[in-house]
Amino acid sequence: MGTIVLFTPLKLFDPMLKKRDDFEDILEERRTSSDLRYALRCYTPVLYKGVTPCKTSVLKSMVLQSDQLHYVINQVSKESGRAADDVREEASAILEEMAHSLQLSTVRFFAFMLSKVFKTLFRSICVNEEGIQRLQQAIQEHPVVLLPSHRSYMDFLLMSYILYTYDVALPVIAAGMDFMGMKFVGEMLRMSGAFFIRRSFGGDKLYWSVFSEYVKTMLKNGYAPVEFFLEGTRSRTSKSLTPKLGLLNIVMDPFLKGEVFDVNVVPVSISYERILEESLYARELLGVPKPKESTSGLFKARKVLSEDYGSIHVYFGQPVSVRSLAEGRVNRCQFNLVPRHIPRRPSEEIQSFVNDSAYRLVRAQEENMVLKPWVLLASLLLQNHHQNRAAGQKPGMALDELTTQAVWLRDVSRQYGAFLHWPDHTSPSEVVSSGLSLHRALVRVCEGRVQLAVEQEEELLSQAVVVLSCASYRNQMLHVFVRPALLASAIHIASSNQKRKTDVFNSFSFLRNMFSSEFILCPGATVQDFEEACYLLVKTGVLQVTQQEVLVTERGHRTLAFLTSMLDPFLQGYQVVCRFLCEEDTETLTEKQFIPAVRKFIVNHLLAGRLRYAEVLSSDLQKNALAALQRLGAVRKIKGYLVKIQHFLTQL
Amino acid sequence: MASNSSGGGSSDRQGIAQQRLRIIAGHLRGPVDGDSTILAAECKAQGSNTDVSSEGKTVPRRRQEIMKWNGWGYSDSRFLFNKKGQAEFTGKRYRLSGMIIPGLKDWFEGTFGANLQHKTPPTPLLTNTAVPPATLNEAFVEEVKSTGIPFSHDAEDRVFRAHGHCLHEIFALREGKIGRVPDMVVWPSCHNDVVKIVQLACKHNVCLMPYGGGTSVSSALECPPEETRSIVSLDTSQMNRILWIDEKNLTAHVEAGIVGQDLERLLNESGYCTGHEPDSMEFSSLGGWVATRASGMKKNIYGNIEDLVVHIKMVTPQGVIEKSCQGPRMSTGPDIHHFIMGSEGTLGVVTEVTMKIRPMPEYQKYGSVVFPNFEQGVACLREVAKQRCAPASIRLMDNEQFKFGHALKPQVSSIFTSFLDGLKKFYITKFKGFDPNHLCVATLLFEGNREKVLQHEKQVYDIAAKFGGLAAGEDNGQRGYMLTFVIAYLRDLGMDYYVIGESFETSVPWDRVLDICRNVKARIIRECKDKGVQFPPLSTCRVTQTYDAGACVYFYFAFNYRGLSDPVHVYEQVEHAAREEILANGGSLSHHHGVGKLRKEWMRDTISNVGMGMLKSVKDYVDPNNIFGNRNLL
Repeated sequence: MGTIVLFTPLKLFDPMLKKRDDFEDILEERRTSSDLRYALRCYTPVLYKGVTPCKTSVLKSMVLQSDQLHYVINQVSKESGRAADDVREEASAILEEMAHSLQLSTVRFFAFMLSKVFKTLFRSICVNEEGIQRLQQAIQEHPVVLLPSHRSYMDFLLMSYILYTYDVALPVIAAGMDFMGMKFVGEMLRMSGAFFIRRSFGGDKLYWSVFSEYVKTMLKNGYAPVEFFLEGTRSRTSKSLTPKLGLLNIVMDPFLKGEVFDVNVVPVSISYERILEESLYARELLGVPKPKESTSGLFKARKVLSEDYGSIHVYFGQPVSVRSLAEGRVNRCQFNLVPRHIPRRPSEEIQSFVNDSAYRLVRAQEENMVLKPWVLLASLLLQNHHQNRAAGQKPGMALDELTTQAVWLRDVSRQYGAFLHWPDHTSPSEVVSSGLSLHRALVRVCEGRVQLAVEQEEELLSQAVVVLSCASYRNQMLHVFVRPALLASAIHIASSNQKRKTDVFNSFSFLRNMFSSEFILCPGATVQDFEEACYLLVKTGVLQVTQQEVLVTERGHRTLAFLTSMLDPFLQGYQVVCRFLCEEDTETLTEKQFIPAVRKFIVNHLLAGRLRYAEVLSSDLQKNALAALQRLGAVRKIKGYLVKIQHFLTQL
Repeated sequence: MASNSSGGGSSDRQGIAQQRLRIIAGHLRGPVDGDSTILAAECKAQGSNTDVSSEGKTVPRRRQEIMKWNGWGYSDSRFLFNKKGQAEFTGKRYRLSGMIIPGLKDWFEGTFGANLQHKTPPTPLLTNTAVPPATLNEAFVEEVKSTGIPFSHDAEDRVFRAHGHCLHEIFALREGKIGRVPDMVVWPSCHNDVVKIVQLACKHNVCLMPYGGGTSVSSALECPPEETRSIVSLDTSQMNRILWIDEKNLTAHVEAGIVGQDLERLLNESGYCTGHEPDSMEFSSLGGWVATRASGMKKNIYGNIEDLVVHIKMVTPQGVIEKSCQGPRMSTGPDIHHFIMGSEGTLGVVTEVTMKIRPMPEYQKYGSVVFPNFEQGVACLREVAKQRCAPASIRLMDNEQFKFGHALKPQVSSIFTSFLDGLKKFYITKFKGFDPNHLCVATLLFEGNREKVLQHEKQVYDIAAKFGGLAAGEDNGQRGYMLTFVIAYLRDLGMDYYVIGESFETSVPWDRVLDICRNVKARIIRECKDKGVQFPPLSTCRVTQTYDAGACVYFYFAFNYRGLSDPVHVYEQVEHAAREEILANGGSLSHHHGVGKLRKEWMRDTISNVGMGMLKSVKDYVDPNNIFGNRNLL
C-alpha cells in the first residue's frame, strides 16, 4: 500500500448527518385501555398489491407442485434409486414439519398475553412510527423481508406484536428447530407465523429445495413478509454476529432471476435496556451449558417476571431495495441460459454480492441500535475495574467522577454517531443513578463509590459472570467505535513518535483482518474503513493526518487512551489464544476439545495474575480467535485436528 | 362493415373476407385498371420512361407528394381533435377514416394527464435553409449523370431519406432540426442500375446508404455524423416490379424495392399472396425486410422472412452474391442468405428476391377472447403454441392496451349496437366477475378453407375456455388488427399535445414472458419517476407472436413531457433502461426491428466476441472500404 487515496466522499462518513425518527411508546395505550378489546379488534392489514392471504394448504400444494421441487425430486429419485413417489412423500413430510400455520386467533391470544407480560416486564416499548409507515408502503409495493437484530428470545414475538398493533401484515418467521422441542409452545409459535428449519442440513438437497421453495413462494406472491435473523442465532455478547448468508441468498434469488421486480429488505434494530437472558448468556459463554428449551423450563423462568427490564427501542430502518443494491454489481443475464428452476450453486459474483449486502444490512441494524446511558457507564466501569486491579488500587470510582466521565463519553459518542438516548432534561447525576439502579445486579454503590458487583474473594467464574454481563453492555457501543479504535490501536503499536501513515495503515489493516470475525467489518473495505476512522478522529480533533504522517494532538490523548483500552481485552485475548497454541501440545487437539483446553489455560493465567481480563474466558472470543488464526494461515484444520503452522504463530 | 355480422350466413362471411382483403390492399392511390403490372421484362434501356413500370404503385420518387415529412404515413390521414374536442381521423384510406372516436379524448387526458389546451404543434414547413448544403463528389455525380439513372440533391428529397421513425428522429423534424442528411439521392430502377451505382461508388469512394421504405425504428437510416465522404442515399422504391410468377413451384421473383401493400395487391390479382404482413407493410419494402430479418403478423402460417425467401440477389462492392439454384433447402456450408438477412445495409443492396407465394386464402375470420387476467392469457397462448394450433395470428394485449383499444372504438351508429356493447360488458364484468382493471384480450385471425377455419376456431376457443377465456366477438378482433395500422398515426397526435412515446420489442422464452412483461413495465414507470417525468407514464405490452420455444413481446411506452427541459433525452434514457431490463430478464436484443445504431452497444454481449469477429470479417471482406457506411449493427 504505497499511497492512500481518499476516494469516498467524506460526507458519507459523517455520522452527525444521519437523521433518525422519533419514537412512540406503544405500551402507553395498553396501560390505559382494555387488552381484551385490543386483542379482539378489527385487524385488516394491506398486503402486496392487494393479494389475499393464502391458506396453508394451498401454499403447501404450490410448493409441492413447483417446478424446482419437481426437478429435485426426480433427481434425488434417480440418484438414490428410490421411487419418485417415495421421495415426494418425504418432501411432503419435510414441508409438514416446516410450514407455519398462521392463525389469527392465536395471534389474538398472543396479543392479549403479551400485553400483560410486556406491561409487567418493561417500562415502555418505543417504536419509530415513521419506520412503520415506510414498511407499510413497502409491503404494498414489493415483497418485503424483515431483518431484526437478535438479542433475545423475545425478538420475534415482539416484532409480530408491534406489527399487529400497527395493523401491518404479520410476517412468517424462520425459527430454529430447537423450539419444536417445546411441544405446546412450538405449535403455538407455528400458529403465530413461525416456520421451523433444521439447524444444519448440509448436503440434503431435498430439504434445501423444499425449504427454499417454501420461502420463495411466500415471498414472491407477497402472501406475507418473510422475517429471519441475519445473524442466525441470538448474539450472546450483544455484538452483531457475522451474518449468515443462506436465507439471504434465498430471498434475493427471486429478484436476481427476474421473478419479482424488486424485493425490499427492512433492517430492524431492537435494543433492550436490560436483556432478559443477561446472566444466562454469560454463563453460557463461560461453558455452563444452556438448558435445553422446554416448556417447564419456561415456567421456571417465571421469576424474571418480577423484575424491571427497563424499556425496549425498536427502530424500523429504511427499506433497502435489492434491485438498487444489485445495480451495477450483478449481471442478471447469467441466469439466461439455464432454466431457472434448476437449482445451481450461486456464482462467485452472486456470493460476494450477497455477502457484501449482508454486511451492509447488519451495519444498518447496528446504526439504529439505541444506546442507553448505562452502556456508557458499563464501558467506563469495566475499564476502571481493570485499571484499578492492575494498579492494585481500591476498587471502583467516585460517583461524581463517573458522572463527569459519562458526560464526556456521551459527547464523544454522539460525535461518532451513536444513537444515544440520554434524557436531555434530566441532570447527569440523575441519569447516572437511574442507569445504575436498573442494573443493580451488576454494580454496587457504597460510600459514594461505584464498582462492579465483584467480590475479590469470590470464585473466578462468578466474577466472570458479572464482568461478561457488563461487557455485553459495553459491546453495544462497539460498532460506533470499532474503526476509530482499530486506528487508535494501530497508532499505539507504531512505537516511535514519528507515525508514518503507511505504517499506521499496515497495522490497521492487520488488526482489522485479525478482528474480522469479532466485529462487523465488511470484507474488502479496508481502505474505506481506514478513511472513515481517520475522518472521525480528525474531525473530533484527536488526530492530524497529513500526506505522510499521523499526529496525535494534545487533547487527543484521552480519547485515544479510551479507544485503545476498549480494544485491549480483545487484543490480549487473541494473544493468549496464540500463546496457548504455541505453548501447549496441540497435536491431538480436535476442534471440540479446543475450547475447554484453552479455557483451562486462561483460568491459570488469570489466577496467576498474568492476565487481567476475565472476559477473555468468553468462548465466543476464543472461537473467533481460532477462526482468525485459521484465516491468517497460522492454524490449519486437518481431519478435525488442529495443526499449527509454528513459524506463523511465533511471528504473531 | 356491420359489427353484428358474426351470426350471418356464408355470404356475410365472404363479405368479411373480402373486406379484409380490401383493408390489406386498401390504400390505393387510384383504381387499378387490371392491366398487367406483372412484367417479366428485363430492365429496360435507361432513359426517360423508367417510371412506366411503377404505374399504379404506391410510392412515387417524390415521396413528399403523398407522405408527411415530419410524421407517419400519408399526408391526408391524421388524427386530430376537432372543435368540439372530439377525436377524428381524416382522409379516406382506412376503415377509421372520417370517423369520430368519442372515447379517445377522455382516455388521452385521463391516461397522460394531457390537456387539449396545451398544444405543441410542429414546425409547419421544411425550411430549406435548415438543411445543410450537399457535399457532392463531382466526379461521381458526372458519371451517374451519364448512366441516365435519376438522381437529386434537392433538400426535401434528402431530408426524407435521412431518418426512420424513431421518436428522436420525428421529434427533431417536428422542431425543424435537421442533422447530417444524405448529400444526394439516386433512384435505380433495376438490378443493373444498382450494379452501376455500386461500381461508381467504389470507384469514387462515396458512401452508399440503401433506403427502402424508410420505416426503420433503429436509427439505421441516420447518417453517421462523422462521415466525411459524400453520402448517397440509394432509394430502391422504383425497383418495384414482380418480374415473374412461377405457379408450378409457387414462387415469385420480385424486385426488392416493392412495398408490402403493392406486393400483396399485385399478387392478389393473380390469386396469390405471400402472407408476409409486418405492421409496417403499407410502407416497408421487401429489401428492407430481408435486410432486417422482418417478421409478419401471419408468420404462423406463412413464416417469417427467412422462411419465405428462396433466392436473394445482392450487389456488394465485391460483386453480386447469389445462389446458383432454387433448391428448397441446401447443405452447402453456412447459408449465405444468413449473411445477407439482417445485414442492415452494411454489406450491399438487395435487388431481387425469389419468394414463396401461396394461393389466396379462401376464408378469413377474426376473433377475440377475453381473459380474466394477463397470466391466464399468457398460459392460454403457451398452450396454443404447445399444441401447435396457433391461428394465422394470435396476439394478447394487457389490460392497459385493452382499455386503449376500447377508447379507439368509433362512434356507433345505432342504439342497438351500443345496447349490445353494454350488455356484453355487463356479462363479462358483472356476470362472469372479470375485473375491468385486470381483464385482457387476445385477438385472433384464422385463415384457410372455411371448414378448417371453423374447426380450428373451435379448437382454439376450447383451449381458451380452459384458461377462463370467453369469446368476445369478431368485431373486437378486427378492431385490434386495424389499430396496428393507425397506432403510428396516433403517436403524431400525442406529439401535438406534449405526449411522446414509442414501441419496442423483444423475444423471450415462454417461462420468462410474464416476468419480463411485469419487470419491464415496472422499470419504465420507475425510470420515468426517477427522471422527473411529472405524470404517470403509459407502460403497456402485448404478446404478438408465439413460437414453440417462446414469444415475441411488444412494449408500448408514452408519457406527458410537460415540465421537462429535454424530453427526448429522458425518453432515450428510459428506453435504454427498459432494454437493459429486457436483457436482464432473458429477452433478446430484438425480435425483428433490428439493431441499427440504436442497439449497437449491446451487440457484443449478445453474440459474443467471436460472433462479432465473424461478422466483422465478413464485412471486411465484402466491403473493405466501407462503401456501405451506414455503420449499423457492428
